[in-house]
Amino acid sequence: MAEIELRGIEKRYGEVPVLKGVSLKIQDGEFLTLVGPSGCGKSTLLRIIAGLEDQDAGEVSVGGRTVDGARPKDRDVAMVFQSYALYPHLTVFDNIALPLRTRRLSFAQRLPLIGGLLPGRTGIEKTIRVEVEQAAAMLDVAHLLHRKPGQLSGGQRQRVALGRAMVRHPTVFLMDEPLSNLDAKLRVQMRAEITALHRRLGVTFVYVTHDQSEAMTMADRVAVVIGGELLQVGPPDELYRDPRDLKVAEMIGSPKINVVARGHWADDRPILSAALAPQTKHLAFRPEAAVLTTPTAGLPGGTVTDLENLGSDIFVHVALRDGSETVVIRTAPDEPRLSLGRAVGLKVDAARLLQFDEAGRRCGDIEQVAA
Amino acid sequence: MSVMALAHRRARPAARRRQHQAAEATVGWLAVSPALILLICLLFGPAAAVILFSFTDWQLGASTFRFVGTENFAALWADPPFWKALINTCIYVAIVVPGTVGLGLATALLIEASPSLRGFYRAVHFLPVMSTMSAMAVVWGTMLHPSIGLVNRTLAVFGMTGINWLRDEHTALLAVALIGIWQGFGFAMVLFVSGLKAVPQQLYDAAAVDGADGLFDRLRIVTLPMLGPVTMFVIVLTASRAFEVFDSVRVLTQGGPNYASEVLLNRLYSESFDYLRTGYGAALTVVYLAIVIALTIAQARFIERRVHYS
Ligand SMILES: Nc1ncnc2c1ncn2[C@@H]1O[C@H](COP(=O)(O)OP(=O)(O)OP(=O)(O)O)[C@@H](O)[C@H]1O
Ligand SMILES: [Mg+2]
Repeated sequence: MAEIELRGIEKRYGEVPVLKGVSLKIQDGEFLTLVGPSGCGKSTLLRIIAGLEDQDAGEVSVGGRTVDGARPKDRDVAMVFQSYALYPHLTVFDNIALPLRTRRLSFAQRLPLIGGLLPGRTGIEKTIRVEVEQAAAMLDVAHLLHRKPGQLSGGQRQRVALGRAMVRHPTVFLMDEPLSNLDAKLRVQMRAEITALHRRLGVTFVYVTHDQSEAMTMADRVAVVIGGELLQVGPPDELYRDPRDLKVAEMIGSPKINVVARGHWADDRPILSAALAPQTKHLAFRPEAAVLTTPTAGLPGGTVTDLENLGSDIFVHVALRDGSETVVIRTAPDEPRLSLGRAVGLKVDAARLLQFDEAGRRCGDIEQVAA
Repeated sequence: MSVMALAHRRARPAARRRQHQAAEATVGWLAVSPALILLICLLFGPAAAVILFSFTDWQLGASTFRFVGTENFAALWADPPFWKALINTCIYVAIVVPGTVGLGLATALLIEASPSLRGFYRAVHFLPVMSTMSAMAVVWGTMLHPSIGLVNRTLAVFGMTGINWLRDEHTALLAVALIGIWQGFGFAMVLFVSGLKAVPQQLYDAAAVDGADGLFDRLRIVTLPMLGPVTMFVIVLTASRAFEVFDSVRVLTQGGPNYASEVLLNRLYSESFDYLRTGYGAALTVVYLAIVIALTIAQARFIERRVHYS
């Protein structure tokens, strides 16, 4: 039982608003990622949930209980930090055991030297040892228990940090860009390990990242935070297919969604201009939502400026006719090879064309207008 | 002709390089020579002279001397005041080092905890470091004066009779040591404050989430271990300074009463310049230097082993 509810969270640092009224409900056992550009307030939001930072307005509840003002240790949350935040002077074993020791040993038992002599400590230490070893085995760091963090690789440190977080079976896991210090290959591997861990533990995960592919591949739902506002929350494919805001559309998906000012298309008199809503200012489509044709009068088009061959796909960069904008189109590798500088036509799937108004909000979906 | 030209051309870069290296070496020696000359004149030369003197019976101002072998060292070994001075110096170090480190750390933590008082604290605590010890010793001498001193007058307010701190066998060394702490802890504090700044906030956050958010746990789990290297540095610095305690003793007690506050450097000064027994003083200096060098080596070894984490 640990759903998290945020109601109208606001936070300012001095005069600068960092979070502008974020409301979000996270289900029990859900894997939710918070994604957004650097400085948008993701870490701040996570720290507010953890209790490391106080919000200026709004409420946080964990497991149905309002936790505002409660100390981090009383919230039953665990946190994994970007730079691991392992205690450098303690061994891996002691790092993982620390949350258990602070909870189970009395103040006197925690005292150095004298603590070890007090009655009851040996028994508690024994159960702690068992649990630490279990956690370590689960994360494949059992053979490293006697080492110091300085003697571990980045991936091993991250696993130890995960171990320290999970050893006391919290109902909520908070992770702040836990993989950003790892190299690309290890990152992909750790992604899989973290999602596996989530499935195994079945508790709520809130995962902060600025890497949209991480957000998309790991999460049940993705929450996009930009400029201190929560713009959209939904399953990854919904965000990809149906972004409610131009910023969300641009945040999600790689390569980035193609955005073209409406003017270009009016000049080209595309077939669908009749279907555009009057307030539409920007048109956007995914790289796979258009096909390349031979140049055709009346259709948008341009010249090929770059080819990115990924093996499975080739991304063709096309500079639109007046040269001010470039779009990226995905083509299959078995299509006839294009050469740089070729003139091509562009046919966009009208059903997958997204329209946005001046402020970047979605407007006039094609189906509705056509109907 | 062409072959010769070729050989000539090939030989020249090597020769030029050699020439160049030689020039560079000359410039290098020229550059270090002022420092080197000073070092020889002011450090190695006198040290060698002291070692030489320690085997003679030379007296300051005398025109002749004779070699007496290890006689001076034997005299030293049999001289109770020397042992008293050595023991007192060790006691002084044993009081001043923990006192300075403890007080410095405590004030540094206080300063970090209350940002508004920072400027005030810093000025107050750093003042002793900036002033010369002999001047400050005079001030302390007045403060500890048995009848007109501030300390005893304050005690009198609370109905206690103070003693003659600097003239009492039981308190003279302690009083000097407390003055030593007072003088040194400001510097220790400044080092600790900068050390505290370098402790990553994330560790405190992690500790808070892990349930270690009380003052004691934060100190035990994050602050003190992360201050390890700074603490080591402060200890080494304070210990080597404490070992060479001199001016406060010289000004306040002259090592008395009855050698109760005698320390090595004061002993050395008295023997060499009050009693003009230069040879004996030189032997004492040699012993002192040997102890200092041994301590330095031991400390360096210890530090290398203990306090590097990453
Ligand atoms: N202690 C602070 N004092 C003042 N401003 C702060 C403080 N902490 C964060 N900020 C500001 O709040 C904003 C949000 O910070 P936050 O750390 O939440 O960003 P983020 O989304 O996690 O970014 P990143 O992806 O770079 O980690 C930033 O503009 C930052 O400059
Ligand atoms: Mg962040």
